[in-house]
Amino acid sequence: MRDAAHSVVVFGAMRSQVRAFFVTVRGSVRDLAPIFTVIAVFQLFVLQQPIPNVAELLVGAVLVILGLTFFVIGLETGLFPLGESMAHDFARKGSLFWLLLFGFALGFGTTVAEPALIAVAGEAARVAAEAGLIEATDVERERFANGLRLTVALAVGLAIMIGALRIVMGWPLHYLIIGGYAGVIVMTRFAPPEIIGVAYDAGGVTTSTITVPLVAALGVGLASSIKGRNPVVDGFGLIAFASLTPMIFVMGYGLLLE
Amino acid sequence: MTWLYGFIAAFLETVRDVLPIAAVLVGFQVLVLRRRIPHPGRILGGFVFVVIGLSLFLEGLEQALFPLGQLMALQLTDPDFLLRTASGALDAVRWQDYYWVYTFAFCIGFATTIAEPALIAVAMKAEDVSAGAIGAVGLRIAVALGVAVGIALGSWRIVTGLPLEYFIMVGYVIVIIQTIFAPRIITALAYDSGGVTTSTVTVPLVAALGLGLASNVPGRSPLIDGFGLIAFASLFPIMSVLAYAQMVEWRNRRMRREEKPGP
Repeated sequence: MRDAAHSVVVFGAMRSQVRAFFVTVRGSVRDLAPIFTVIAVFQLFVLQQPIPNVAELLVGAVLVILGLTFFVIGLETGLFPLGESMAHDFARKGSLFWLLLFGFALGFGTTVAEPALIAVAGEAARVAAEAGLIEATDVERERFANGLRLTVALAVGLAIMIGALRIVMGWPLHYLIIGGYAGVIVMTRFAPPEIIGVAYDAGGVTTSTITVPLVAALGVGLASSIKGRNPVVDGFGLIAFASLTPMIFVMGYGLLLE
Repeated sequence: MTWLYGFIAAFLETVRDVLPIAAVLVGFQVLVLRRRIPHPGRILGGFVFVVIGLSLFLEGLEQALFPLGQLMALQLTDPDFLLRTASGALDAVRWQDYYWVYTFAFCIGFATTIAEPALIAVAMKAEDVSAGAIGAVGLRIAVALGVAVGIALGSWRIVTGLPLEYFIMVGYVIVIIQTIFAPRIITALAYDSGGVTTSTVTVPLVAALGLGLASNVPGRSPLIDGFGLIAFASLFPIMSVLAYAQMVEWRNRRMRREEKPGP
């Protein structure tokens, strides 16, 4: 009797999980429909060419949809709860030092190995060599690219650190951001012109798909466990810092080299 | 079966990207916080889901969308295509003749942003935390429109060769003015949306577009002029989200006024 009742409950839970899975799949299809439509319309009507490898394309589409679905499920069961529970624990521990060190380590550690950044740094080294900022040898280019990566990682580490400090202290975000803008404008006046494009783009590529949810959960978790903070007003803003400081730091790196 | 090998390669790559994050998280959890996290099995399962999901997603993009999209960006900026749609010879091509490029930039900016997993995550969190006051779908559409305008304008900038700095500075001034008038609840989220828009899906396609334009437009160098599109794509969503919040506030205020007719 008991076993039967239990298996009914388990079966019910499984069914609701299956239903939740299909709801998420439907969401993924909706999220991906625009990009498939744009590519297909431009290929067929603007370039007026047939779509190559239809079978491969369909397999790819299925993979993309499944992948997005798994990612969204994993966010809700893994990344969000972990980020928030760690934020609560840091708030309860009450040590600002460890919180700031954690913020720095998270920012630095996730950025230094970021593939998009590695690609941009290599490209930037080519630009710098072409422009005569560094010597056009492989060793120099390698050194430049590594220095650039460290600079950006340092900038992101500091950004998450300052962002966490802001949440704890309750400083208004817009003053800090406007200060950052002023920093970017001042640096633009003095930095070598060849590095400006790279520096501006560096801000955009630093925040990866796994870092963003963790950092968002960390900020919201911190803001909701500290008295007097509003999770919406104070909890967001960490990512904004992480895309602003690399611009300033990369231009500073360019100035140092000059 | 090639997709399986691709998937395994993408999976290993994602695991490698996740390792430093996992090391920081586990290190602080074990050495500093020293507290048991609730439901460790569930959280680990969630992590595995994220890694598998992201690998499948990347492999699928790599197989279906990126090659075609990147080829498309190069073809649309190619002088041959331009001569087919524009009137006159190549040295007489004006910036208006690149209209298909701007249209493509707008559409692809919008579509890739809607598919961007990091933005989905932030929008989910925002809707959750604000108890529905900020809608996930509305926020994502606002961000996507911002990216679309940003990339279209950024392409126009590469074609005309105007300096990047001026656009960015004018953008900053507009953001600061908007910040003064926008409702407080949205500002942090608006600033954040600038950073999350440009990752997995957007960057490879936008980079191809920038490279294609900078190498094909006469007088541009791919090394100098190819940069800057990502900066545009991170600046314009801030404006569009602030504007969206402002519009919602105006509408709510007007509805309140209509509910309570004046004397």
